[in-house]
Amino acid sequence: MSWRRFFRRASWDRDRAAELRSYLEIETDENIARGMSPDAARRVAHLKLGNTVRIREEIYRMNTISPLETFGRDLRLALRGMRRRPGFTLAVVLTLALGIGANTAIFGVVDGVLIKPLAYPNAGELVSIKQVAPGLNVSELALSATQYFTYRDEGRVFQQIGLYGDGGRTITGVGEPEQARALFLTYDVLQALGVKPQLGRLFTEADSTPSAAPYAPMIVLTHAYWQRRFGGDRSVIGRRLLADSAPVEVIGVMPEGFRFLDMEPAAEVISLITLDRSRLRIGGFGYRSLARLKPGATVADANADIARMLPIWLNSWPTPPNTAGRQEYEKWRITPVVQPLKDEVVGGVGDMLWVLMATIGMVLLIACANVANLMLVRSESRRQEFAVRTALGARRSDIVREVLVESLALSVVGGALGIALAYAGLTLVVATAPTTLPRVEDISLDPRVVTFAIVVSLFSSMLFGALPALKQAAQHGASLGGAARAASTSRERQRTRNALVVVQVALALVLLVASGLMIRTFVALLNVEPGFAAAGDVQTARVWVPPQQVPEAERVTRTQQEILDKIAALPGVKAAAFASAVPMEGPLRVAFTSVFVEGKDYAGTTPPRRRTKTVSPGYFGAIGTRMIAGRDITWSDIYGGAKVAIISENFAREVWGSPAAALGQRIRDSAPRSTDLWREIVGIVEDVHEDALYQAAPPFVYWPVMMENFNGNTLFVSRAVNLVIRSDEAGRESLLNGVRSAVSSVNSSMPVFLVRTMKDLYDASMARTSFALIMLGIAAAMALVLGIIGIYGVIAYVVAQRSREIGIRLALGAAPVQLKRMFVRQGLVLTAVGAGVGLVTAIALTQWMSSLLFGVERLDPPTYAAVLSVLAMAAAMASYVPARRAAAVDPVETLTAE
Amino acid sequence: MPRGESPLQSETPQGTLDMLVLRILVMGPAHGHTIAHAIERGSEDVLQIEHGSLYPALHRLENRGWIASFWGTSDNNRKAKYYRLTPTGRKQLAAQTTRWEEIVRAIGRILKPSTE
Repeated sequence: MSWRRFFRRASWDRDRAAELRSYLEIETDENIARGMSPDAARRVAHLKLGNTVRIREEIYRMNTISPLETFGRDLRLALRGMRRRPGFTLAVVLTLALGIGANTAIFGVVDGVLIKPLAYPNAGELVSIKQVAPGLNVSELALSATQYFTYRDEGRVFQQIGLYGDGGRTITGVGEPEQARALFLTYDVLQALGVKPQLGRLFTEADSTPSAAPYAPMIVLTHAYWQRRFGGDRSVIGRRLLADSAPVEVIGVMPEGFRFLDMEPAAEVISLITLDRSRLRIGGFGYRSLARLKPGATVADANADIARMLPIWLNSWPTPPNTAGRQEYEKWRITPVVQPLKDEVVGGVGDMLWVLMATIGMVLLIACANVANLMLVRSESRRQEFAVRTALGARRSDIVREVLVESLALSVVGGALGIALAYAGLTLVVATAPTTLPRVEDISLDPRVVTFAIVVSLFSSMLFGALPALKQAAQHGASLGGAARAASTSRERQRTRNALVVVQVALALVLLVASGLMIRTFVALLNVEPGFAAAGDVQTARVWVPPQQVPEAERVTRTQQEILDKIAALPGVKAAAFASAVPMEGPLRVAFTSVFVEGKDYAGTTPPRRRTKTVSPGYFGAIGTRMIAGRDITWSDIYGGAKVAIISENFAREVWGSPAAALGQRIRDSAPRSTDLWREIVGIVEDVHEDALYQAAPPFVYWPVMMENFNGNTLFVSRAVNLVIRSDEAGRESLLNGVRSAVSSVNSSMPVFLVRTMKDLYDASMARTSFALIMLGIAAAMALVLGIIGIYGVIAYVVAQRSREIGIRLALGAAPVQLKRMFVRQGLVLTAVGAGVGLVTAIALTQWMSSLLFGVERLDPPTYAAVLSVLAMAAAMASYVPARRAAAVDPVETLTAE
Repeated sequence: MPRGESPLQSETPQGTLDMLVLRILVMGPAHGHTIAHAIERGSEDVLQIEHGSLYPALHRLENRGWIASFWGTSDNNRKAKYYRLTPTGRKQLAAQTTRWEEIVRAIGRILKPSTE
C-alpha cells in the first residue's frame, strides 16, 4: 500500500478495465475461430473471465488506505449535504465565521500588544527601573542621575543601564524653525536596547563628556524625520544644525522600524544627556530608566541588587544645600520597582484586553450552542435516513464519525471565512484604536493568530459536533417505521436543546450586564464636570521662548503677553490666555510642590505636595473654569510683584473648610530660603480633572506666570506655555494661521507646536472607555441576537413537532390565544432559568472588569434590571412569533396530513 | 465454492499461482489471456480457473516489482497488455521453485516412506 498508488488508483482502474476488455475480445475472437456464433462466443468468453466488476473491486481494494478512504467519503457526503441544505449551511457557517472571526481579531490585538516580545533583540532581558517612595506621598518617584551612576558602577545584574526622558527641541538650520519631538538619553540606553543605526553612528561613552550644556553637541535623527526634513538625503551625516539655538552635528539616522517604547508622539530627534558627576547631588528625581539584565538574571535579582545599592547611593553623594540631609531621604523609604520593559510599555490596557478576550470567547460559546442546536434539529430530520442506513449494515460508529466530519467541514469553512473577517476587523481596530492602546504597530494577522483561528475552529467543531454525535450514538434501536412519527421519543433531545438555550441566555445576560456597566461608565464620565467648558471651542498650542533670543526673564513674560494681545485681536477670538500646562495633557506636564500654609505647624516635616501650574490673567475665563470666590490674577499683580495665588475649591475645603474661609489666607512654596514669601489667596476656582475624567480632581495651586523669589529663582517665569484661545474657529486652519502669524510677528524663530483643541484632549481621556464600550457593545449585541435566534429556534421546533397535538386541541375547541400563551410561557421559562444562571455568573465575573468601571458599582441594580427586562422582552418576542404560527394551525390540514 | 474467493487460489497452495505466472513469463512477455490459457493447458486442464481471478494476481506481482507491464498488440491484432519478468522476478522464481521442490520432496517422503 502506498500513497502514490492510493492517488493513482483511479487511472489504474481504467487501465485494468481496458485489460479485461482486451481479454474478452481475444477470447471472443478465438471462440469464433472455433466456430461459435459471435453471440455465443462473447457469452462463453464472459463466463470464462468471471465477474469483471468483482475483479476490479478486488484490485481497487488492494490500493486502499482505509481510514483516509472513509474520511474522504464522509467529507464528500458532508459537502454534498451542505450543498443540499444551503439555508442550514449558511446559518451555521455565518454564525461560526462571526464567532471565530471576532475571537481571532481580538486575539490578534492581545497577541500584538500583550504576548509578542518587544521588537528588540532578546527583549526578555530588558527591564524598566522605577521606584516608589511611600514616605513622600507620591505614587511614583522618578530616578536621580546620581542613582544612575551608583547603579552603573556598583550593579551586579545589569549589562547596561541608562536614563532617558522626552520633550522637544527647536531645530533651526533646515527650512522653517520647528519644534521636533525629542528623546533625551544617556549613551547606554540605545546599547541596552540593542539597536543599530541605518546611517552613521550612535552615541558612545566618549561623547558623554561633562559640559555645562545639558545635551551633547550631536544628534541622531529618526527615519521619519530624516525623510520629512531632509528628503532621505544620505549626506545628512556631518551636517550642522541648531537645536535650541545651540550648534549640533547630525551623527546618525535610526532605521525605519525603530520605535522607542511607547513614546507618543514618536521621537524625531535623539539627543545625548551629558552629566557632570562632580557637580551632581542627590535629588533632581527627573529621569526614567531602563536596563538590560545579564543573561540568567531575574527581575527579583534586579530588585534585590538595587535595594542593596540604595544605602551605598545615599552615602556616596552630597546632599543639596537647604535640605534636612540624608535623614530626610531615608524618611522617603525609597523602594525599587523593577519590571519587564514590556509591562511598562503595555501599561494598564492588559486588564481591558483580557476582559475583551473573555467576552468574545463567550460569544463563541453562544455561537457554538446555537450551531449545536441547529445540528440537533438537522440530525432529528435525518433520523429516518440514519435508520435506513443502520438497517443496511452501517455501524453506529460510522454514523457518529460522519456527523463529526460534517461539523469539522462546517467549522473549517466557517473558520476560513472567520479569518477573512478577522483581517478586516484587525484593520479596523488598528485604524480606530485609541492612542492609549500601545504597540498598535505590532498588531497583525501573523501565523500565530492564524493558528489560533484554526485551533478555535477545530475546538468549536468538537464543541458543537460532539453533542449531536453522542445523541446519535445513544439512540438505540432506531426503527424504520417509528422514525417518521417519533414525537414522544424526542423528549430527551428536547431537554438537550433546552439546556443549550439556557446556556445561551445565561451567557448573553453576562455580556449584556458587562456592556450595560460600560454604558453607565460612559454616561458617568460624560456627566463629570471636567472643570472647563465647551471644549470644542478652545484651541491650545504650545510656544517656547528660547533663552538664546530672550535672555531676560521679565522680557519672556512681556513677549508672551505681546503674542496674546495679537491673538486676542484676531477675528472670532473671544478670549486668549496662557498657562504652563492645560488639563489632560498627560504626565509630562505634571508639576508638584510642597505647599506651606501660614499658621500651620508642620513640626519639622514637609507639608503634602500639591499639584501646581502657572497661569496668565484670563486663563480661567478662556478655558471655562468657574470662579467660585474672589478674583482672577491681573497683569498689574504680575508686573507689580503682588504676591498672590489662586487655589482650587477642594484644596480650600480641605484646609479651611470652605472657599470663603480660604480667601485672604497665605501660602508659600517649599523653597526654604526665606519666610516672607507668603502669597495671598485672592481667588478660588472650581475643581478641574487635570489628569483624566476617571481620576479625581487633584487639589491645585495656580501661581502667576511671573513671580519674584519663587522656587529658588529671583524672577521665575515659564518659557514654555500653552496658549488657550476661545473661538468659534477653534481647530480650523484660519485660526491656526492667524495664531502662527501672530507668534512670528513677535519673534520669527519661535515655533508653534502641539496644536490641538481641548476637545481632542477630552476625547483622548474618554478613549479607553469608548473603545471598551464599543467592543463590549458589539459582543453583547451579537450575544443577544444569537440568544434570540436560539429561543426562536427551540420554540419554532416545538411548535412544528406538536402541530398534530395542536390540531387536535384546536379541533376539540381550545382557544388560539391559550395555545399562543402556552408556547410563549415555555420560551419565558427557558429565559428565566437562563437568566438565573446568568445572574450568578455575571455577579462572579464582573469583578474582573472593576478596573474599567467609573461611577458605577459592578452590582449596579439599574443595569441588572434593565438587562433583565431587555432579555425578557426579547425572549417574549422570540417565542411569540412561532407561537402565533401554532395558533394559526389548520386542524383539518394537520389531522389529515398523515 | 464460497463467493469472493478466487477459484484458482482455493485449490492451490498459497503463492502457487504467483509461481506459475512467473514460470510462464520466463518464456517471454505474454498478455493475460495467454497466461491464463497457458496455465490451463500446462496443467493438462487439472487447474480449471476462472480466468478473471488471474488479474488481481498480476496486479499484485506488478506492485511487488516482480513483473512489469506494457501495452502491445496481440497475435490477432488486438490491443493487449503484456507482462514481462523483471530481474527481481527472475530471482524470486528461482527461490520459490527451490523452496517448492523442497516442500514437494518433504511431503512426498511423508506420503510414500522410502523402503530402503
